[in-house]
Amino acid sequence: MSEAFRDRIDITLTVNGESVEARVPVGQHLTDFLRLELGLTGAHASCEHGVCGACTVQVDGAPIRGCLMLAPQADGAEVWTVEGLTDTAAIKDLQEAFVAKNALQCGFCTPGMLVAAKDLLSRGGVPSRQEIREHMSGNYCRCTGYEAIVDAVETVAQARAGKGAA
Amino acid sequence: MKASVGGYARASDLQHALELLSGSDGLGRVLAGGQSLIAAMNMRLSAGDLLVDISRVSELSGVSDAGDRLLIGALTRHVEIGRNPLIREYAPLLSQAVQYIAHAAIRNRGTIGGALAHADPAAEFPACILALGATLHIEGLTGRRDVAAEDFFQDVFETAIGEGEILTGISIPKTEANEAQVIEEVARRSGDYALAGLCLVKRSAGHRLALFSVGPRPLLARSAMAALDRGDLEGAAEALCDDMDPPSDTQASGAYRQHLAQVLLRRAVARIEGANA
Repeated sequence: MSEAFRDRIDITLTVNGESVEARVPVGQHLTDFLRLELGLTGAHASCEHGVCGACTVQVDGAPIRGCLMLAPQADGAEVWTVEGLTDTAAIKDLQEAFVAKNALQCGFCTPGMLVAAKDLLSRGGVPSRQEIREHMSGNYCRCTGYEAIVDAVETVAQARAGKGAA
Repeated sequence: MKASVGGYARASDLQHALELLSGSDGLGRVLAGGQSLIAAMNMRLSAGDLLVDISRVSELSGVSDAGDRLLIGALTRHVEIGRNPLIREYAPLLSQAVQYIAHAAIRNRGTIGGALAHADPAAEFPACILALGATLHIEGLTGRRDVAAEDFFQDVFETAIGEGEILTGISIPKTEANEAQVIEEVARRSGDYALAGLCLVKRSAGHRLALFSVGPRPLLARSAMAALDRGDLEGAAEALCDDMDPPSDTQASGAYRQHLAQVLLRRAVARIEGANA
């Protein structure tokens, strides 16, 4: 193999607001880096081919699939996981709405759902239920049948809009 | 599963990327957004590749106005294609197509060049650029060449990109006054690959109709285009069956795909006529 190609690489990034330096295997998924190296087990490794959405995390302000991004590609990136979003209370109302509306049962999909919903809610306004469903369509839930998840996201959108107008 | 990667190198610019590729002994694989490639590596459909990560090559990203054409860098992400004002104005087919491509999280990483180089016959962007009559720009260490969309897609996941070459961008003729562009597809769930789909462009020079998910590559429905130019919609719908020979698989039978294509053609024409009414 040419020397130009490495099997491990040094990366520097911020995760949940803290600077992280690490040497990673070049084929390691971002999800596995977060889970195995940093102990951040909120993002789940599930289908591992970009279909289920359980590994969704926020990178440079946008939700992405942690299983379709290699850790070396996260060099210089700003990563937020459900742990950091919880600690900073950025999605407190959303998490409370998920509980109040029974929008989770086993909870496996919930971290990904929260990151996806946060993205939609950050755009402001009150999306229609159809828009919520469309935006969340890349995140699978095998427990709730989705109705309660749409209820929770809609409730938060309405509450935030009401607060903004007051 | 976990990806099997033979090695990784991050290119600083296009020249560096081409040199890395040529030094990879044929094992090199260009990594852009990774939304198809990493999935394929995870499923071990591809293993041991030496990855040339071009995602930091800033010269390959962005949309610019080049007079009567629009230049789109290969690394322009789907999310940007969907919201870019130049594309919305001058190549609205691409803006419309974005909503059908996978899901928001995928669109935040996937790139148009990656989608075209991957050449999935069920994907939207390849059919779009075929319908638009785009030109693809390809570079290698020995120079740059341009390939027409008609000559670019060759077979399932096979394109005109040669060993050691990189797709750097595409250029698209800007919409003319009164030009109409629509995309229609049928998928069972939002974000799934289409069972069948089509892109219809109506210009003063005539119609261009590209079908996807009905064969090994996106294809121009030339007989149907000729019928549309004559103003014969029913003739075009019938001619569609001569233009394609769709496969049957677990998703849909070939006959059903033909039926869907005919329905979608009528929808597309009705949308264009409705917009002009």
